[in-house]
Amino acid sequence: MISLLRTLWTVLRHTFRKRATILYPEEKPSIPPRWRGRIILSRDPDGAERCVACYLCAVACPVDCISLQATEDEHGRRYPEFFRINFSRCIFCGFCEEACPTYAIQLTPDFEMCEYNRQNLVYEKEDLLISGPGKYHDYDFYRVAGLAIGGKDKGQAENEETPVDVRGLMP
Amino acid sequence: MKEIIISLLTVFGVLIAATTIAAGLIWLERRLLGLWQDRYGPNRVGPFGLLQVLADMIKIFTKEDWIPPFADKPVFIIAPAVSMFTVLMTFAVIPFTRAVHVVDMNIGLLFFLGMSSLGVYSVTLAGWASDSKYSLLGGLRAAAQMLSYEVYMGLSLMGVVMLSGSFNLREIVEAQKGLWFCIPQFLGFAVFLIAGVAETHRLPFDLPEAESELVAGFHSEYSGMKFGMFFVGEYLGITLISAMIATLFFGGWLGPVLPPIIWFLIKMFVFICFFILLRAALPRPRYDQLMSYGWKVLFPLSLLNLVVTGGILLAR
Repeated sequence: MISLLRTLWTVLRHTFRKRATILYPEEKPSIPPRWRGRIILSRDPDGAERCVACYLCAVACPVDCISLQATEDEHGRRYPEFFRINFSRCIFCGFCEEACPTYAIQLTPDFEMCEYNRQNLVYEKEDLLISGPGKYHDYDFYRVAGLAIGGKDKGQAENEETPVDVRGLMP
Repeated sequence: MKEIIISLLTVFGVLIAATTIAAGLIWLERRLLGLWQDRYGPNRVGPFGLLQVLADMIKIFTKEDWIPPFADKPVFIIAPAVSMFTVLMTFAVIPFTRAVHVVDMNIGLLFFLGMSSLGVYSVTLAGWASDSKYSLLGGLRAAAQMLSYEVYMGLSLMGVVMLSGSFNLREIVEAQKGLWFCIPQFLGFAVFLIAGVAETHRLPFDLPEAESELVAGFHSEYSGMKFGMFFVGEYLGITLISAMIATLFFGGWLGPVLPPIIWFLIKMFVFICFFILLRAALPRPRYDQLMSYGWKVLFPLSLLNLVVTGGILLAR
């Protein structure tokens, strides 16, 4: 009986507690920067596309919502001809971001992407591509990659020595 | 002629006020439960979410009114009407102030007890007419629970009757001019309060409904406005029991400064809020716990109260 009364009193004291509810549309919740929300394609610090169209994100995607077609530019650098994400299928698992070798595909803290028309949830490359580098400000795949590519020869990357002639005798 | 108009006005005034309060309670309960669970409750529709009641009404009136093919049709239809009817009838004998009451009946208290006993029929018949396991179980539980709690409910009120020497509710209130009966009749008040919760089958004594075990108990098969009638009937029941507690133990309309009707409403609403607090705080007991608590604790207590009150009155 006493415990019942104590329960009543405890609950009654909650009258003056702060409420846990966040009144959403008026009051925005604070979302951590690593939140897995709307997917974007980022650019490197020079403003070129980071995506090298390696298809790893599309392979990693458990619901097959990513579709792209690789092509090459005049330097022989690969880039996606189209890049399409169907957000009505996407489960925001973030596997694509983990799979990406160039930090091109990233998930952002934006989740307000409701549509009245289902077709509008299919995002094309121009909808996905942003103008900045996203979460990794200084990263540029071609400046750290060791391979020779049009516009960058071997040994021209950051922290990279020019190749040694292994048959030469000189130090 | 003038008297007829006045009494008609009172009848419709009481009817409209009672149903409005009962409908408003749906909003009040959800807001208060929200407050006590550190959330808001309905606050979008209209100011403070007050129009939620209206939205709920529109919804429930436009829902399909479905009678299951296996149900006993006439009884199925009558049952929810009985639940509202019996409670609304009882409002006739409650004195809101010295002047405002529908009938000044000399057996008002007995009428209240009689009508609340009739209320059992609505639940039992609903459970029976639905012809489904869960409904029947709910109906059976309701019958046993309400019949047994009826006993202590009546007995707990006899102390009040002895002290005031009348079954007339107006005279009972006037007998509390010096001292509210909640002090000399504290035991009776406590028993009546608990029996009242059981009578309206509110939590923690909502075993006839018990949604975690019986789907929705006796009104599992009901939908649309028939379900709404049970719902409003339940809230009317809360209003009624709160009004009775205020009348019988807390001096009804008596109080300083403020007008009598305001005092009555304040006292009533305090108990309505208490009913909602019970729902917010307490878990539901097992069925056998409920029955043994009634017969082994409340019954002896109310008898004790009766004997002691009677003895003191005789000795005086």
